[in-house]
Amino acid sequence: MATQTQVLEAPVATRKSSGLWRDAFGRLVKNRLAIVGLILVALFALVALFGPWLAPYPYQQQDVAATAPYHGPIPPLTDGHVLGTDELGRDLLSRIMDGAQISFAVAMVVQIVVLIIGIPIGALAGWFGGRMDNYLMRFTDVIYAFPDLLFIIILTVAFRETWFGRALDGLLLVFVAIGITSWITMARLVRGQLLSLKETEFVEAAKAIGVRDRGIVSRHLLPNAIGPVIVAITLGIPGAILAEATLAFLGIGAQAPRASWGSLIDDGRDFIRGDPHLVFFPALAVAIALLSFTFLGDGLRDALDPKLKGKQ
Amino acid sequence: MVGYIIRRVLWIIPVLLVVSFLTFSLMKATPGGPWDREKQLSERQKALLNAKYGLDDPFMVQYIRWLVGWPEEDGFQRGLILGDLGPSYRYPDRTVNDIVADGILTTIQLGVMAFALAVLVGIPLGVIAALRQNGIPDYAATFVSVLGICTPSFVAAILLVIVFSIGLGWFPTGGWKGPEYWVLPTIALGLAPVAVVARYTRASMLEVTRKDYIRTAHSKGLKERSVVVIHMIRNALIPVVTILGPLLAALVTGSFIIEILFSVPGIGRFYVTAIAQRDYGLIMAMTMIYAAAVAVMNMVVDILYAYIDPRIRYS
Repeated sequence: MATQTQVLEAPVATRKSSGLWRDAFGRLVKNRLAIVGLILVALFALVALFGPWLAPYPYQQQDVAATAPYHGPIPPLTDGHVLGTDELGRDLLSRIMDGAQISFAVAMVVQIVVLIIGIPIGALAGWFGGRMDNYLMRFTDVIYAFPDLLFIIILTVAFRETWFGRALDGLLLVFVAIGITSWITMARLVRGQLLSLKETEFVEAAKAIGVRDRGIVSRHLLPNAIGPVIVAITLGIPGAILAEATLAFLGIGAQAPRASWGSLIDDGRDFIRGDPHLVFFPALAVAIALLSFTFLGDGLRDALDPKLKGKQ
Repeated sequence: MVGYIIRRVLWIIPVLLVVSFLTFSLMKATPGGPWDREKQLSERQKALLNAKYGLDDPFMVQYIRWLVGWPEEDGFQRGLILGDLGPSYRYPDRTVNDIVADGILTTIQLGVMAFALAVLVGIPLGVIAALRQNGIPDYAATFVSVLGICTPSFVAAILLVIVFSIGLGWFPTGGWKGPEYWVLPTIALGLAPVAVVARYTRASMLEVTRKDYIRTAHSKGLKERSVVVIHMIRNALIPVVTILGPLLAALVTGSFIIEILFSVPGIGRFYVTAIAQRDYGLIMAMTMIYAAAVAVMNMVVDILYAYIDPRIRYS
């Protein structure tokens, strides 16, 4: 018996080495846009995590005297300010790097909120079906009828003066408000995945050998649903970054002197005729952040979606 | 089918009731009130104002007064269901009905124009890109899509004003006095949807191109033109329709930033200030208008979907 088992193990091992994830990774690396996205995301993360050490100046450091010769903001590539300064002499590059931290935190925290709320609810509805599922879908209808951004504005403006609204320079509230409006899509996705996976033969086989419900959901269903979940997470990030930038542009969210990209753009509007760089560079930062996650998400979808396998 | 449509229409009522109740509770639960302004009012003045507007009544009384109505000393005060959205605390000389009546057509017009831009530019762009995959039209379409994805509407608005108002002087920077005032707000609002629709159409077209029935149509000897128009585009547009309903709703309800930036006299520009100033009647009115728009559009899509795609049959 022992020798037979050894003979059987060898081919199993070689099959494993080119499994789903390895295949998917191979396809991802071949996709040039996805790699560009991946590199930009990595760069974004680097700036967000180590920004304070990489930035040429502290983001809130003012040098009003230095701006005097220019009668306002210092233009780019002068006096050691690569992207120039605002009217208070604060270095624009350093402020954009600080903004990267806010944007990146939004991207991560919102998706964590989405995972924590969306997956359990979607899994329960998809697995048990029936009444549980009905409640979820009805609740989804209600949440969908709330216009996202307006609901976020109600929440943030309403709680801005409370301790919760002041936590983390006002950012915690923004993160949670955006997360609360985003999880429902994840719940629906997980539910749909589970509904179709439930009918597959390997689940039937697992049931036949007496695996408990919990085991089937956690060992068989969720791991098989993880591809679409990763794609949804990645493609959900640009939405969260955009929502935060929009709120900041409206003056809701991060409190001064912290500068979100959205509030930098809003501040720069006053100088649009003489110093367009104050709007242009923060807008460019937003654009790069949105694009990088979109490219990466598209690439991941093509790599992980078995429906597209073999095409293109 | 008729039964399904009736149930789908009736379902909007409980959805809107829950939305209104949640929003109302959220507003009432938040600290502050409509009388916290720069000019400090005395506690006595505030109490008098609260009594005048019934803001010191129990929560459910206030909600029912807003929703249905409430008998007052000077006659019956009508609520939402009876067509009265109540008073505005910030603009005491105008009712919420007046404010909404003044602005809603402008808001709808702006949303519909941006929607038309998204459909009339986005769908052809997506179709051409798919038919000339990896050709110059495809790259042009991809470029527009990328531009649309990475440019938030407020950034697009600022850039458009710099180039076409300040730089070239072709269009006014704000206002709503005639067609030349409509151009920039419509483009700023419609740019991202154009990109979404084009991306969606292109992906859907590419998916359809590989179907067996397209190969059959070709092998029957049909002209390329009729294969594309009759078989490809019609089938490819089915999934596109599902995003158009929510898109129209999002455009009509999501124009408030554009309204603020271009001083468009719609209703959206009041939203942020109404929330900040706790102008309860105005907040509720706008939330309900937006929620109704979203709910109705989703319903229309669900029903349309059953008509377009004969494979779908609701029971």
